[in-house]
Amino acid sequence: MFKDHANIMNAIASAGEVTGRKKLQKMIYIAKRISFPFQEKFQFHFYGPYSEELTLRVEELCNLGYLHENKEKKSGYFQYRYTLTPSGEEFLKHYEMDMPALQPCMLDMNEQSARFLELVSTVLYFYELSKEEVTEKIHTLKSKQKYTLEEIDEAYEYIVQIEEKAKLQ
Amino acid sequence: MGYSEEKMYEEKVFKDPVHRYIHIKDRVIWDLIGTKEFQRLRRIRQLGTTFLVFHGAEHSRLNHSLGVYEIVRRIVDDVFDGRPEWDKEERLLSLCAALLHDLGHGPFSHSFEKVFDLDHEQFTQQIILGDTEIHEVLAKVDPGFPKKVADVIAKTYRNKLVVSLISSQIDADRMDYLQRDAYFTGVSYGHFDMERILRVMRPKEDQVVIKHSGMHAVEDYIMSRYQMYWQVYFHPVTRSAEVILTKILHRAKHLSEKSYTFKLPPIHFYSLFEGKISLDDYLKLDESVMLYYFQLWQEESDPILSDLCTRFVNRKLFKYVEFHPSNEQMSKLLELNKLFHKAGIDPEYYLVVDSSSDLPYDFYRPGEEEERLPIHLMKNNGEIRELSRESEIVDSISGKRRTDHKLYFPADILENDTGRRKIKKQIRQLLDLD
Repeated sequence: MFKDHANIMNAIASAGEVTGRKKLQKMIYIAKRISFPFQEKFQFHFYGPYSEELTLRVEELCNLGYLHENKEKKSGYFQYRYTLTPSGEEFLKHYEMDMPALQPCMLDMNEQSARFLELVSTVLYFYELSKEEVTEKIHTLKSKQKYTLEEIDEAYEYIVQIEEKAKLQ
Repeated sequence: MGYSEEKMYEEKVFKDPVHRYIHIKDRVIWDLIGTKEFQRLRRIRQLGTTFLVFHGAEHSRLNHSLGVYEIVRRIVDDVFDGRPEWDKEERLLSLCAALLHDLGHGPFSHSFEKVFDLDHEQFTQQIILGDTEIHEVLAKVDPGFPKKVADVIAKTYRNKLVVSLISSQIDADRMDYLQRDAYFTGVSYGHFDMERILRVMRPKEDQVVIKHSGMHAVEDYIMSRYQMYWQVYFHPVTRSAEVILTKILHRAKHLSEKSYTFKLPPIHFYSLFEGKISLDDYLKLDESVMLYYFQLWQEESDPILSDLCTRFVNRKLFKYVEFHPSNEQMSKLLELNKLFHKAGIDPEYYLVVDSSSDLPYDFYRPGEEEERLPIHLMKNNGEIRELSRESEIVDSISGKRRTDHKLYFPADILENDTGRRKIKKQIRQLLDLD
């Protein structure tokens, strides 16, 4: 019980801290797509794959005192930073987490920008389509972000690279 | 005149308890309603197991789908028509997507999808794009039309304004289900002035925005959404029924994997149990079929399956206590697990934690970090402002969220005198029942 909550905590603990709700959403989505066992359901929203279940689970973990949510004012908007609390670390000890490759993947994703992770997660969302079709989707659905062809290429390369990292389990 | 523009000889109207009338003018809409895939929605309840708590909540996904269609029809025909930001070529697409948005829901879909790892949205796509009557009707409009409808429902259509009519934080889907669920459950929350909201909706490039003068009507909508979540959707007894339903499906799947011989072969479930369900098999499943099996499974020799089905059919649900998964409580949970085993009650099926995040309903979110598109108000000078920044009421309920966790168990078994009395007493004490 609470295994799904523990998985989220484990992911955040592996990254050390995660800055930004959007970034956290995209990191968990990418991790799920490259075969880590996250159970949250994702749907395509305005800004790419999004899981309401994940948002609710993070809120529950904050309310339980297992996650610390730090709200920071940026120019014109708020940003949230997530870390595990000491009681969260204690709670996590109830679970055996057998995912040695998760940490390098989370650390790697954490070094990327939210903008890039948004692109990577969108590419993954349409991954069954051809690269041309995916590019067209990105240019029509995310026209405001103005992703370049080079960035899309980088996203494809990144997916291969992170999948390799995930295989080293 | 092409099929897409063909109108009914006389407008058809269906009586509806929420919107008074559903108006059908387009031949395409009339034909879609007549397909077997759409008619299947009559046999799937909108609110799953809620009818076990609110006895009126027997309304179907067909009722709701017609309601969403009617709201979108009013928006595009009465509010948006003639406005420069609205492309009237998108009218039929918007109506079809509204009508078909829930097409892929399975029986008791929340529990069903969880146990069998399915996604109703994928089945909606398959029904629209596959070899179905629905596809046949849509393709008559234009061979590329089914794909457009599927894209709107998947929220990946290029015109985001069309998407936002059925998938945003103030969309036709939510406006219908809040009112319809309030009507059929009989609760007094869930009401708001939809006519007013429709009148102040304005099309913009990427989404529908609300004229600032309509803010109070939107506040009412947000409040009713908040009330409905806690009073109806998150009702603890409905959650108990969902827990039992989930465990029935888990047990039946488990037994099938262990080559258990059912008294009547559960042919409707075979491909599900094997994890390779086809669209044809999926469409044959509805709540009538499911409840038929539950009725039969009461007589099964497997005591767990039989007991769980008897509970569901006769509404002998699990009781619950509030559960805070602190480290101390988690140790208590481990202890309870051991005691349940000792008492001969399998905790896998009879000791279940349910969290508010396990439920599919969402709250209003101001989208501070662009995680979701918020509701935008348009001021007289054209300036766009997010709702909670203008409304103190909305701001106060979109801050810190209420969440909860409940521990479900069969109190009747723990209280009966059929043996292991000492262990059961220990369990009751740990659960603070004595």
